[in-house]
Amino acid sequence: MNSKPRLLTILDVVTVLLLLVASYMVFFYAPQEAVMGDVQRVFYFHVASGWVGMLGFIGAAVSGIIYLIKKDRKWDIVGLAAVEIGIAFIFINIVTGSIWARPIWNTWWTWDPRLTTATVMLLIYLAYLMLRQGIEDPDRRARFGAVYAIIGSLSVPLTYFSARIFRTIHPVVIGSGDPSATGSFDMTPMMTQAFMFSLFTFTFIFIDLFWHRIRLGQKTDHVEQLRLKTME
Amino acid sequence: MSIDQQSTPYPGESTSGRLGSFMRAMFAVVWKDLSAELRSRELISAMLVFALLVILIFNFALDLDPASRREPTITAGVLWVIFVFAGTLGLNRSMAVEKDRGCMDGLLLAPVDRSAIYFGKVIGNLVFMLMVEIIVLPIYSLLYNVNLFNPGLLLVILLGSIGYVAVGTLLAAMAVQARTRDILLPILLFPVVLPVILAAVKASTGFLDGSEMEMILPWLNLLIVYDIIFSAVAFMVFDYVVEE
Repeated sequence: MNSKPRLLTILDVVTVLLLLVASYMVFFYAPQEAVMGDVQRVFYFHVASGWVGMLGFIGAAVSGIIYLIKKDRKWDIVGLAAVEIGIAFIFINIVTGSIWARPIWNTWWTWDPRLTTATVMLLIYLAYLMLRQGIEDPDRRARFGAVYAIIGSLSVPLTYFSARIFRTIHPVVIGSGDPSATGSFDMTPMMTQAFMFSLFTFTFIFIDLFWHRIRLGQKTDHVEQLRLKTME
Repeated sequence: MSIDQQSTPYPGESTSGRLGSFMRAMFAVVWKDLSAELRSRELISAMLVFALLVILIFNFALDLDPASRREPTITAGVLWVIFVFAGTLGLNRSMAVEKDRGCMDGLLLAPVDRSAIYFGKVIGNLVFMLMVEIIVLPIYSLLYNVNLFNPGLLLVILLGSIGYVAVGTLLAAMAVQARTRDILLPILLFPVVLPVILAAVKASTGFLDGSEMEMILPWLNLLIVYDIIFSAVAFMVFDYVVEE
């Protein structure tokens, strides 16, 4: 439990700078989309925060598996950190998506596969936090958290597949898209650059927050152990 | 030498012996649950009355006029809401009784494979759920004047209940060990079990609608895949849930 590592400070600074550059690229560098106008600029951070949300949830499931094998508390802290960051970013993803959907789809919300999956993901990981809250014993809390993260990560793709069998109106900008999707568009090179840069930046934000949250988790753990020691 | 030996329930003797003792342990758990239920009739009666109340509430909540009552989408949706809610009630109770008087600790002390306990509980819960469903279906047919005796629908109900109970038993075992156990199970279970409900409602609608098999088959496949994945994973992680 020592002072903040130098590398983390550097990472903080780099992340803030990257975010500034990314914001500039999104608002000024990328051209205005011909049909949708400025509201399309939501897209860059919308997809990037969805990406971070996915990273968080994959991280939670993987650290859950490692925890069950190794029984090392470190991995429980990592899993919790991943879930918390994932929740925040999937929420940003949903909110930005709704802001875009209001003018484009003429509704805040539709039960499209991706929207449904994002919501289910959010609900599963909120349930994860509630489960942890209800258990005092740290080892049991870690075990249950790991089990639920694994079960949840299996359920999310299944939800996606089952919802996918319905017709979708969500545009697929990356990869081959269905031309009937409302609000689809082709990216110009400058848009692609802004988009890729946003993804890159948000990956940095994820790593930076992840590191901070793991450190916080370790300190919380340490405080808890000290408190137990004084109580004995 | 091994012939005159009585089939001892110790695991690890031979492959067939191990399987035999596994099955015996599993059915012992099932039998324990069933005979306890046969004497008290707490669980089934609670689930059943609850299911009837849900039917009643839906009647007023949706203000079902005779025409829309026979809509397959509404019928399938209402049926699955009934099963899911009544099932939650049953799952919670079946695990809470194990926890309350230290029965779970007793079960865990038994020298049997712990997955036998899991599958025993799953089969017990499945039996309760199917019994409730078998009683609800004719009552629903009667009250809403729809014919629900469709072999396809029964298959969907069986598959959907297996998936629901497989993951529900695991999560109920976790929920009863938490401080907030009365409210936790639905919160844990519903988002995870959503794909099975979605597929079950769609497949039920298909059968009630008389759709072609081509339309229904993807949903049935999804149900089977879900059942297999979740039984397998729950089987693998159940040890960690009951470990003390």
